[in-house]
Amino acid sequence: MAEIKYTTADPKGVLTGVHYMDGNHAACEGALAAGCRFAAGYPITPSTEVVERFSVRIPLVGGVFIQMEDEIASSICLQGAVWAGLKAMTVSSGPGISLMQEHVGLAACLETPCVFVNVQRGGPSTGLPTLPGQADMQQCRWGSHGDYEVIALSPSTVQECFDFIIDAFNLAEIYRVPVFFQMDECVGHMTEKVIIPEADKIKVVERRYTSKPPEEYLPYKPDPDLVPEMVKAGDGYRFHVTGLTHDERGYPVINAQAQKEMVYRLVEKIEKNAPKIWKFEEEDIDGADVVVLSYGISARVALKAIEMAREKGVKVGRMRLIVVWPFPEPRVKEVANSVKAIVVPELNIRGQIAREVERIAEGVCKVVRVPHAGGTVHDPEQIFDAIMEAAR
Amino acid sequence: MSVEEKVKENPVEEFLRTDRLPHVWCQGCGIGTTVNCFARAVRKCGIPLEKLAIVSGICCTGRVAGYLKLDSFHVTHGRPIPFATGLKLANPELTVVVYSGDGDIAAIGGNHLINAARRNVDITVIMLNNFTYAMTGGQVTPTAPYESINTTAPYGAYEKPFNLPHLVASCGAVYVARWTAYHVVQLTKAMVEAMNKKGFSFIEVISPCPTIFLRRNRLGDAIAELKFYKEHSVIKHGADTSEVGWDETRPDEIIVGKFVDVERPDFIEAMNTHLSKRLGDKYVWWGKK
Ligand SMILES: Cc1ncc(C[n+]2csc(CCOP(=O)(O)OP(=O)(O)O)c2C)c(N)n1
Ligand code: SF4
Ligand SMILES: [Mg+2]
Repeated sequence: MAEIKYTTADPKGVLTGVHYMDGNHAACEGALAAGCRFAAGYPITPSTEVVERFSVRIPLVGGVFIQMEDEIASSICLQGAVWAGLKAMTVSSGPGISLMQEHVGLAACLETPCVFVNVQRGGPSTGLPTLPGQADMQQCRWGSHGDYEVIALSPSTVQECFDFIIDAFNLAEIYRVPVFFQMDECVGHMTEKVIIPEADKIKVVERRYTSKPPEEYLPYKPDPDLVPEMVKAGDGYRFHVTGLTHDERGYPVINAQAQKEMVYRLVEKIEKNAPKIWKFEEEDIDGADVVVLSYGISARVALKAIEMAREKGVKVGRMRLIVVWPFPEPRVKEVANSVKAIVVPELNIRGQIAREVERIAEGVCKVVRVPHAGGTVHDPEQIFDAIMEAAR
Repeated sequence: MSVEEKVKENPVEEFLRTDRLPHVWCQGCGIGTTVNCFARAVRKCGIPLEKLAIVSGICCTGRVAGYLKLDSFHVTHGRPIPFATGLKLANPELTVVVYSGDGDIAAIGGNHLINAARRNVDITVIMLNNFTYAMTGGQVTPTAPYESINTTAPYGAYEKPFNLPHLVASCGAVYVARWTAYHVVQLTKAMVEAMNKKGFSFIEVISPCPTIFLRRNRLGDAIAELKFYKEHSVIKHGADTSEVGWDETRPDEIIVGKFVDVERPDFIEAMNTHLSKRLGDKYVWWGKK
């Protein structure tokens, strides 16, 4: 089995120091710190600053930026770069992310470790190019056809854009999956203090390259953690990979048995490893009557509402998802068992995360949605009212 | 050596995934012939096998990647060129070949084709033109000749077909050739040249699809088609590409040859030259100097 090898960041990519920058710039710096040396993208508001900064920085660090002809091209170009040995990302927003979906499936199927950054805006269609939304939370999970699993993270602060995109790259390598970094226009465009540590303080995961010789190597034979070891082009393995359903050799096999083996493993390598992937932040859950569960910018806006409700004497706890997918189901179930209600504010009107909470909390506690169509963030009063109603 | 041994010894076997044979292609299909040429070109080109990668899209021709014992990638329909671009840019030491069908490269992948030619990404595109979407049963393509019968052009095609050598040449491809499945010697040589050419090289290979295109258009069998190629081909190296279009199912003249072979800095060279000029010592050179 390929050991998961942690190293520290290559200092060439690390801009150690205290900075004031926006979330998009911080995400770019985080990606460079994580070892990303290739980005392919196509301009789209409100995400463009990420690749703009990358195109300024990468010539000084060593790597390639290419502005592709569209997002379909970007989302596969980066996978070519990964299979040639680099860490790579693409960056976009609503319409561009929609165009990329076929290649999210390709990445899931080929098990290409890579990162898709989505600075979410309001949709559908061209929607609200310059204003925030959180309405692509289910898209990142189900957007491509077929059965597969991804990992998705959602930062709330500019510092987290830096910190957690490093996690995104590391998780992509450990599990060989496409990882979504679900930002939003607010987090992407707000300017805050960012502390970039010294390179030797930044933990980076290396690719799970095999140590087997070519005669013994099978591209899709999984390790005990269900993730196969990787090789790259140019190393003499003369391997084959295909987006067709395939066996351990990577050869196409078009039947129900091969399909079952492949898709179950693609899903289970995330499901069974989920306890190692979950990441959330909690406060005052014990003894709370109401818990506000949120993520991204909405979790931040909710802080004000929580403070207001506490002033009224309501015992409010909070849970903030950092890794959104896989969903921390057992913990949400425990929380549901201990409270009267869970309140879920988010910038979409169909309860994209709330319905997940409802499914888990069904028959156990009340779930109160706080929908918002996007374009701006919630008024804290709105969340406050929901908390007060939930506490009744 | 007995006759049996002689027959068994396939000169290109070392380049094939023999554990995957028999292949999926129909009897008489031209794809296999071109793969044979390609395998011979691989032997002759002087590029170490481990540095040669092949990328295919989804189509009958797209199955080529799966039968060649190279680092081989079978990706999505229409997108082998951007995948190949990523491979090449990330590791400039690789020689990267795209091998795919006319629908894959010129219809759904058309935007990638023109942009890769414009950027002069150092890859070789071998596009097998059988004038139809063979894998999905023979629908009309942007290469389908006027009046040709296809399942989605049941009364005959009436759109102007692409002249692909002209298209890629005008976008800046540095090597452009067209051969047919009849011209195995010339095709093999062109493949060797294209793989060794720095920059974007493009070979259109006209190839018989007896099962679908020939049958539906009552053009005879594969042998008849190869005979047609033989009798009607005119070799015109350096031909004006604006005059090589294939508009009728049975053109009087099939113009084949090496149309373009020029020099122009490829993407990586242009990037390195430009950025080092602008950034001086601060620029981190990409790839071998
Ligand atoms: C996005 C997408 N659209 C459509 C298809 C279906 N499809 C598979 S192969 C093919 C046609 C391939 O034709 P061509 O590229 O000319 O290659 P040939 O089979 O003739 O060699 C199509 C349309 C697909 N796989 N993916
Ligand atoms: S359908 Fe046509 S192109 Fe496809 S394998 Fe058969 S003969 Fe060849
Ligand atoms: Mg075709």
